[in-house]
Amino acid sequence: MSAVPGQTVGPFFHLGLEYDGMNELVPPGHPRALRLHGHVYDGAGAPVPDAVIEIWQADPQGHIPRQPGSLRRDGWTFTGWGRAATGPDGHYQFTTLEPGATEPGKAPFFAVTVFARGLLDRLFTRAYLPDDPDLLANDTLLESVAPDRRATLIARRVPDGAVFDIRLQGDDETVFLTYPRLRDAWA
Amino acid sequence: MESSQADINREIEAAAQQPGGPQPKIDYAPYRSSILRHPKQPAHLIDPEAVELWAPVFGHRDVADDEADLTIQHAGTPLGERIVVTGRVLDGDGRPVADQLVEVWQANAAGRYRHQRDQHPAPHDPNFTGVGRMLTGPDGTYRFQTIKPGPYPWRNHVNAWRPAHIHFSIFGTDFTQRLVTQMYFPGDPLFPLDPIYQSITDPKARELLIAQYDHDVTTPEWSTGYRWDIVLTGTHRTPLESDTEEEAA
Ligand SMILES: [Fe+2]
Repeated sequence: MSAVPGQTVGPFFHLGLEYDGMNELVPPGHPRALRLHGHVYDGAGAPVPDAVIEIWQADPQGHIPRQPGSLRRDGWTFTGWGRAATGPDGHYQFTTLEPGATEPGKAPFFAVTVFARGLLDRLFTRAYLPDDPDLLANDTLLESVAPDRRATLIARRVPDGAVFDIRLQGDDETVFLTYPRLRDAWA
Repeated sequence: MESSQADINREIEAAAQQPGGPQPKIDYAPYRSSILRHPKQPAHLIDPEAVELWAPVFGHRDVADDEADLTIQHAGTPLGERIVVTGRVLDGDGRPVADQLVEVWQANAAGRYRHQRDQHPAPHDPNFTGVGRMLTGPDGTYRFQTIKPGPYPWRNHVNAWRPAHIHFSIFGTDFTQRLVTQMYFPGDPLFPLDPIYQSITDPKARELLIAQYDHDVTTPEWSTGYRWDIVLTGTHRTPLESDTEEEAA
């Protein structure tokens, strides 16, 4: 069957996609809250003020959440999914927990989806936690990416959390991903 | 210098000569805002792992039943042609995507969004917000009631107008199936002129975005009906695995 094509999220997505608490996978005051944030930039290095970032992740124990409640958060259930819109300065942020490794020896990461006005189809990428160089060195995806582009997939530790900038185009363009069944649909 | 519709038409025609797949070309200059916002490197092919093999779960605590009726969100009735839009969300192998979130947003009947950045001098409708949410049923069916949105102008080029459309956000059973797109109405005269629609250079593929009028969805003395089925890409999990997990969840 032929997959329906994507279209841009457009300039008015706030109307349909925004809701209270969308970027707070845990409340900001949570003792283990991680601030995952960053900027989205275009090919001229200008901030993108109308992008939507979604993250989907394992919990700190590496379990993949199977609980509803991302749209109406109860303050207790970790659903593993959140959405953030960039502000006028191209900045987005999430309050979340650190993902754990889903299997021993696997590098933990956030699965990330990017939408924007001007972007005709959604983009997929990953944001890895930077802490364990051995795990990162042995990661299947990172190993398969040209060494000079690997850093685009790895968040940076900063005093207030982790920073993951997304560059849609240009010299340090983020590595975006595709998957076998998407290729089938595009063949 | 601002481009004219004739300039854009020439660019659309030129781009249509290059073979393109059934997805939009993200490098599509007739849509001016795409020029600095598309990656130039090819997407990196990987086998999905871990969370990429799963989609977030949504349920009745996320979405109230009345969020699927965009005509009852205010004290009065919105102006415009009342319509029902329904269809099924299926994965690339034809299996229904059950209990999954569908979000929609749209302009009002006059072509105006309830959004601060929409400067089109068409009237707002105090009785219409233009936002709906729903969950798919066990057979993948979604259904919502709304009013038919109007076409609206935008600043891509001089005299640029978008065909009437409803924005859709859809989740599958894998992370990799995530889709945001736009549903259009049959016979819109703006189709050939719209660089967003034409960014899908395969005519058969872009026609998949057009709903069909369905008289069986139309209800007497109340509303007309449109049917639009949404086929996602294939899941990377085996059906058996996903079925058991779905039952366990
Ligand atoms: Fe729109």
